[in-house]
Amino acid sequence: MLRYVFRRLLTAIPTLFVIVTVAFFLIRVAPGGPFNQERGLSPEIRANLEAQFGLNDPLWLQYVHYLGNLLRGSFGPSYNLPDFTVTELFAKGLPISVQLGTSALVLALLLGSILGTIAALNQNKLADYSVIALATAGSTIPTFVIAPVIQLVFGLSWKLLPIGGWGDGALINKVGPVLTLALPQIAIVARLMRGSMIESLRSHHIRTARALGLSDWSVVVKHALRGAVLPIVSFTGPAAAALLTGSIIVETIFSIPGVGRYFVDAALNRDYTLVMGTVVVIALFTIVFNLIVDLLYAVVDPRVRYD
Amino acid sequence: MTDLAVAVPEPIAGRSLWGNAWARLKRNRAAMFSLYYLAFISVISVFGPMVVPHEYTTIYGDYVRMPPSLSAYPKPDMIQGALTDAIKRMRADIKEWHQDGNRVIVTVTSTKPIDDRNIRYLDRSDAFDDTRIENKSPDGREVTMSSAVKQQYFFFGTDNTGRDLLSRTLMAGRISLAIGLLAGVVAGVIGVIYGATAGFAGGRVDEVMMRIVDVLYSLPFIFFVIMLVVFFGRNFVLMFLAVGAVLWLDMARIVRGQALSIRRQEYVQAAEAMGVGQRGILLRHVIPNLLGPVVIYMTLLVPQVIILESFLSFLGLGVQEPMTSWGVLISVGAKNIGYANWLLLFPAFFLVSTLFALNFVGDGLRDALDPKDR
Repeated sequence: MLRYVFRRLLTAIPTLFVIVTVAFFLIRVAPGGPFNQERGLSPEIRANLEAQFGLNDPLWLQYVHYLGNLLRGSFGPSYNLPDFTVTELFAKGLPISVQLGTSALVLALLLGSILGTIAALNQNKLADYSVIALATAGSTIPTFVIAPVIQLVFGLSWKLLPIGGWGDGALINKVGPVLTLALPQIAIVARLMRGSMIESLRSHHIRTARALGLSDWSVVVKHALRGAVLPIVSFTGPAAAALLTGSIIVETIFSIPGVGRYFVDAALNRDYTLVMGTVVVIALFTIVFNLIVDLLYAVVDPRVRYD
Repeated sequence: MTDLAVAVPEPIAGRSLWGNAWARLKRNRAAMFSLYYLAFISVISVFGPMVVPHEYTTIYGDYVRMPPSLSAYPKPDMIQGALTDAIKRMRADIKEWHQDGNRVIVTVTSTKPIDDRNIRYLDRSDAFDDTRIENKSPDGREVTMSSAVKQQYFFFGTDNTGRDLLSRTLMAGRISLAIGLLAGVVAGVIGVIYGATAGFAGGRVDEVMMRIVDVLYSLPFIFFVIMLVVFFGRNFVLMFLAVGAVLWLDMARIVRGQALSIRRQEYVQAAEAMGVGQRGILLRHVIPNLLGPVVIYMTLLVPQVIILESFLSFLGLGVQEPMTSWGVLISVGAKNIGYANWLLLFPAFFLVSTLFALNFVGDGLRDALDPKDR
C-alpha cells in the first residue's frame, strides 16, 4: 500500500513538470507583460522593474530559474501585488477557499447520497420525481444565477443571511457561498446515487439479504450502499480538487477573499508568477485527490487491491 | 364488426426510422413543449428588438431604474417632478399647472423675458412631447405652454442608465443564442470530422489522434478559456469561434466511438461481403447512424456554450457594452439586487428557462433516437 502511494507520487512528478512547462510558455506567448498596464509608469522605471524581476533574460533562462525556485519551494513574488509573495497570497486565501469547498463537498455528499437513495427506493413515485426535478434544476441553473438569487431571497427579502463578505469566518457568512457551491454538486451526487443504488438493489446479494429477512434499513445501509457508493467515490476526486481551489463566481458575488479570483486576475494582468502558482496548486490538488480516491476505492471495494 | 373482415387491407406504408423517432419525440410532452418554447424564444429574440418601441441602446435619462410596469410612464405622480425639472432648466418658475386630458398646461414666470426657443427644454424631457406656446404676457415674463404627455411602456422596467430592459433582454437573447449556435456548430463540425477520421482510419492514426485529445482534456478547461481571452482580447466573435474550437473534444470522442462500433456491425460486414465500396458504406450506413448521437450531443453543446458565454460575460471578459447578452445582464443584475431586483430576475428567467428547454429537448431526442438507452 505504502509502496503504491510512493509510486503514484513519483509518477505525478512528470505530469506536474509537463503542466508547469505548458503553462509557463503559454502565458509567456500571450501579448503584453506584467507592467504594461500600470498607469504613469515611465519607461525607465518599467525597464528597471523588468530587470529586477529578470524579465529581460532569455525565456529559457527564466524558465530554468523558475523551475529552480519551484524545486526550492518558492513561487516567487507577485508582480501586481508587489508586497506579497505568491506563497503568502496562497497562505492567506487558500484556507478560506478550502473551508468553503470542504463544507460544500461534505454537504453535497451527504445530502446527495440521501436524496439519491430515497429516489432509488421509491422509483417512479412522487419522491423519485421530486429528486429528479431537483437534480435537473441543480445541474441546469448556472452558479452565477443561484448565487444572486440566494442573496436576494435569504439576504434581502428574509434578512436571514448577510449579503456577502467573509466576516472573519463567521458561520452565518459561509451559509450562502456553501449553498451555492453545493447545489450543483448535490444534483450530480443525487443522480449518480440514484442510478447506482437502483443497480445495486437488483444484485443477488441484496436478494439473498432480503430472503434472510433482514430489515429494510439493514439491507440498504449495510449491503446495498457499499456497492452503490463506488461511482460517488470516483466523482469525489475531481470535484474536491475543483471545489477546494475556489470558485471565481461564488467568491466574486459573495466578496470572499479566497483564491478563486487569483487565476483570472493574474492571467489578465500577466502576473506570471501568480498564474503559475495557481496552475501548480490546482494540479497538486487534482493529483492528491485522485490518489486519495484510488486508495478509498480499495477501502470500499475489497476486490480492488494495490500490491 | 362484420365489415371489418371484408375490408380490403390497405398496403401498409412503411415508416422510416426517422419517422419512428419523430413519432416518439412527439409523444414526449416535455420535449415538445420545450421545442415550442425554444421556437418562441428564438422568434422574440430575433424579431422582438425590431418590434419593441425602444432601441436597446436608447438612454432615457428621466427613467433610471424604473420598476417594471404594465401601465405607461410617466406615472401621474411623476409628472410634477418631470415638469419641475424641465422648467428649472428653463430658469423659470412654475406659476400654475394642470392636466387637460393628454396634455399638460403649464404657466411659468421668470424675472427676465422668456425666449420662445426655451420650450425645447420641455420637449427634451422624456415625459413630454409636442410643446406649444399657448399664451404669452406682453412683457414676455409669463408664458403658458401646453405639452403632450409622452406615453411610454417599460414592461420589464429600465436599467441603471435608463435603458429599456425588455429590448435589452431580447437583444441579449439574440446574442446569447447566436453565440450558442455559432460556437456549438464550430465545435460540432470539428468534433465530427476529427472523430470520424480517427474512427475510420483506425490503427496508429487513431491512437495518435486520441492521445492528442487526452492531453488537451487534462489541461484545466478554465485555463484554456482564459488564455483564449488573453489572446483574442475583446473581439467576442473571434473569441467564441475559439471557444467552439475548444469544446469539440467530447464530440470527437463520441463520434469516434460510434464510428468504430458501426464499422464492426454485422450489416456493415454484410455490405462489405456483397461488394459495396467504402463510399457506399459511408453514405448508406455510417453517416445516417452517426447522425443520431451527433444531433443529441449538439443539443447539449449549445447550452454548454451559452453558459460559458454567460460565465465569461459575467466576469467582464465576454460581450462588451453597449452590446449585451444574458450573461452581461445577469452580471449587472447581480450587482443591483439591493434596489432593482428586476434587473436580475428577467434575464435570469430567460436564460434558465432556455437552458431547461434545451436540456429537455436533448433528453427527448436521446430517448427518441436511441430507444435502447432508456
